[in-house]
Amino acid sequence: MTPLTGYLLVAALLFSIGLAGALTRRNAILVLIGIELMLNAANLNLIAFWRYGPHPEALTGMMFAIFSIAVAAAEAAVGLGLVIQIHRHAHTTDLDRMNRMRG
Amino acid sequence: MGHPAFSVSHREQVAPMSFVFYLLAALTLAGALAAVLLKNTVHCALALTVAFAGLALLYLELDAQFAGFAQILVYIGAVAILIVFAILLTKGSETPKDGVYSKNWLTGLAIAAGVFAVLGWAVLERARVLPGPGGTPTAAPAVTVLQIGNALMGRYVLPLEIVALLLTAALIGAVIVAMHEKEETK
Repeated sequence: MTPLTGYLLVAALLFSIGLAGALTRRNAILVLIGIELMLNAANLNLIAFWRYGPHPEALTGMMFAIFSIAVAAAEAAVGLGLVIQIHRHAHTTDLDRMNRMRG
Repeated sequence: MGHPAFSVSHREQVAPMSFVFYLLAALTLAGALAAVLLKNTVHCALALTVAFAGLALLYLELDAQFAGFAQILVYIGAVAILIVFAILLTKGSETPKDGVYSKNWLTGLAIAAGVFAVLGWAVLERARVLPGPGGTPTAAPAVTVLQIGNALMGRYVLPLEIVALLLTAALIGAVIVAMHEKEETK
């Protein structure tokens, strides 16, 4: 197993764990945690390909990962703001009970 | 595929993965599993912090110092704190009586397992054509923070400005969305 393969397998496992969390948990915040794990798995792939790719001095994968971290931070802030507002409105964060679009 | 780095065969002399990699991978995956499986939501947030720290250490192991420290600052310093605040504001730490998993958790688990099977198969099947060192470990790419700063201010200045605008919009948007509307609720 080459180092790159090891990192890719870890990232695949991390992505699957995040996906399982996002699909099976009932709490909306736990779903956001799962999405964060999936984004981090993608970042690990980008950094690993940058490190073992043919042109690390071009910094492409590194830049992609840094911008991805910034976008993920914005996503977390807006997502958690939405969860707080939904909790204030519906008094629950249980996704199985949020089954109508009408307020 | 025609690039010399792609033609290095991994069968010549496979370098063993370092012990540090296995340790960090185990730490990260254990943190992620605990974050997904634990019942108490606050414990989940703390386990998520462990997973983020393990990922930052994996970035450092990959000689990506800037990304590693950015990961610590942004994820452990900001996102984990935000998640804990959201849990406490929504009283999410109370474990519900009827279980923490959704009604159709089996479908979700099957989908995740299928996705992992496809990803793992693709990685292992195509390991031969992936770039990377076959036997001899390559030298760490000499990338300093100065070069990253120069690239951000030079070639990547337009994406940097767009990200700055996005972060400002997200900041204002999150505050407006979560703001208490006193007039309407009365």
